[in-house]
Amino acid sequence: MFSYCTDPDTLGTFRWFSCYLTTGVHMQFYASFFKVLLLLAITAPVALAFGFVGAMAARSRIAPIGWIGKGYIAIVRGVPDIAFFLFFVIALDQAFEYLRHRVLCPDWTEPVRQGSDFLVCQQAKLPLGTSPEWVHETYGFFLAVITFAIVFGAFAANVLYGGMRAVPRAQLETAEAYGMSHRQTFWRVLVPQMWVFALPGLSNLWMVLIKATPLLFLLGIEDIVYWARELGGTKTSRFSDYPHGDWRMWYFLALLIFYLMMTRVSEVALERLMQRLTHGQATTGGEAQRKAVA
Amino acid sequence: MKTLILSTAALALTAGLAMADTVRIGTEGAYAPYNFINDNGDLDGFEIELGNELCLRAELTCEWVKNDWDSIIPNLVSANYDAIMAGMSITAERDEVIDFTQDYYPPTASAYVATSDSADLESGVVAAQSATIQAGYVAESGATLVEFATPEETVAAVRNGEADAVFADRDYLVPLVDESGGELIFVGAPVPLGGGVGMGLRESDGALRDQFDAAIASMKEDGSLNALLIKWFGEDTQTY
Repeated sequence: MFSYCTDPDTLGTFRWFSCYLTTGVHMQFYASFFKVLLLLAITAPVALAFGFVGAMAARSRIAPIGWIGKGYIAIVRGVPDIAFFLFFVIALDQAFEYLRHRVLCPDWTEPVRQGSDFLVCQQAKLPLGTSPEWVHETYGFFLAVITFAIVFGAFAANVLYGGMRAVPRAQLETAEAYGMSHRQTFWRVLVPQMWVFALPGLSNLWMVLIKATPLLFLLGIEDIVYWARELGGTKTSRFSDYPHGDWRMWYFLALLIFYLMMTRVSEVALERLMQRLTHGQATTGGEAQRKAVA
Repeated sequence: MKTLILSTAALALTAGLAMADTVRIGTEGAYAPYNFINDNGDLDGFEIELGNELCLRAELTCEWVKNDWDSIIPNLVSANYDAIMAGMSITAERDEVIDFTQDYYPPTASAYVATSDSADLESGVVAAQSATIQAGYVAESGATLVEFATPEETVAAVRNGEADAVFADRDYLVPLVDESGGELIFVGAPVPLGGGVGMGLRESDGALRDQFDAAIASMKEDGSLNALLIKWFGEDTQTY
């Protein structure tokens, strides 16, 4: 990075660190922070959408749809996250490849499973064997987003389901008395009012989601935990210009600070959002706001 | 006639695809000198250099993939990559699940490292990386085995006193012991383990295995493999 970095052994402490912290590996470490932020930015809305659809399904008047919605919530909430993370990433990948295999290679006669091997034709591979490495990494990231969305969607569905039920019955009855259809009541009365009841649960989920991002590492994505472990590990002078002992503790300390900052910022933002949503609502919070103004 | 033309075309197409296909090689990237990540953030090491040379000789386009040691075999059989070069010793148990080429590194010596000469290797606590031949050996030796996911953690366990000794490939331990300033020392005699290090492939990928096998054989013949071994493991290492 800097011109004086050619021979790190001769440098003083400050310059040594300025060189050390700007090596190629450290750049990849810094980039991985954005990877985590990107995952959060994509996963949160997708999981919320999953949750919304799940909650709608769970309270559907058509019994089979209700069963699917409730089943989704019950199964995903009941199984440990890690088991799901390990299961889905392999299962989704193989399911996609199998479907493509059936469509693209109808003439294939050999079985897809041979012993422990899972084999599909070349054209059905996802991503294609010829794709560059970044396509493979993006695909892995995409699988991770779906997995996160499925798992957190189930929790969000339960929270939203509760939020929908917490909207005072009188509000809905009034809407019906005005001649609104079921659909209109749902979208114009129920949905705008349910957020204030759902938000405490959703903000909780958001916090858990932030803290769950190190699971990316389990999915084979090189996230901040991977790099912290890799960079903090002992480096000998034979294989690195910057030999050092076991510094994992300091790297993990940096992660700890990063996560604390993330959660602190979220707390402030969510508190503001709560204030806005409470405004004019028939809840104790809304009542307090009304009295403060009056 | 039409079907004949079509199927010929399809055959030509698949053959063309197979030719242009990239072989993806999985490695751990945390086991110097076999494979590690250098200061620039790129994969480096004996196996990286060897793998690139093998691909050149076999006329294949190769690409490296980093993968955790724990899931390195499952990800091979579910076709996330096509080969493993990760300092993996050839053993009968692994051979049941995947296939190996001939060895490109002679049967390895494993060694114990501890902080003092008096470490109890027979009945004390010994650290090893999980799912390695070393872990299997320690489990049968009568010592209490503590397993870790990465080699780094096994050595750290000895440094902080959690384990009395660590048992790992000698080549991995040598640079660590050399630079520990006397804190770490080799204890006991080296133990020869495993059937050498080879490249792991899917059982169903016979053709690819033969290609790499031939490339390894040619490197053994012209001595270029020995040159690589000496470059990465030092003058005293075993050669072919």
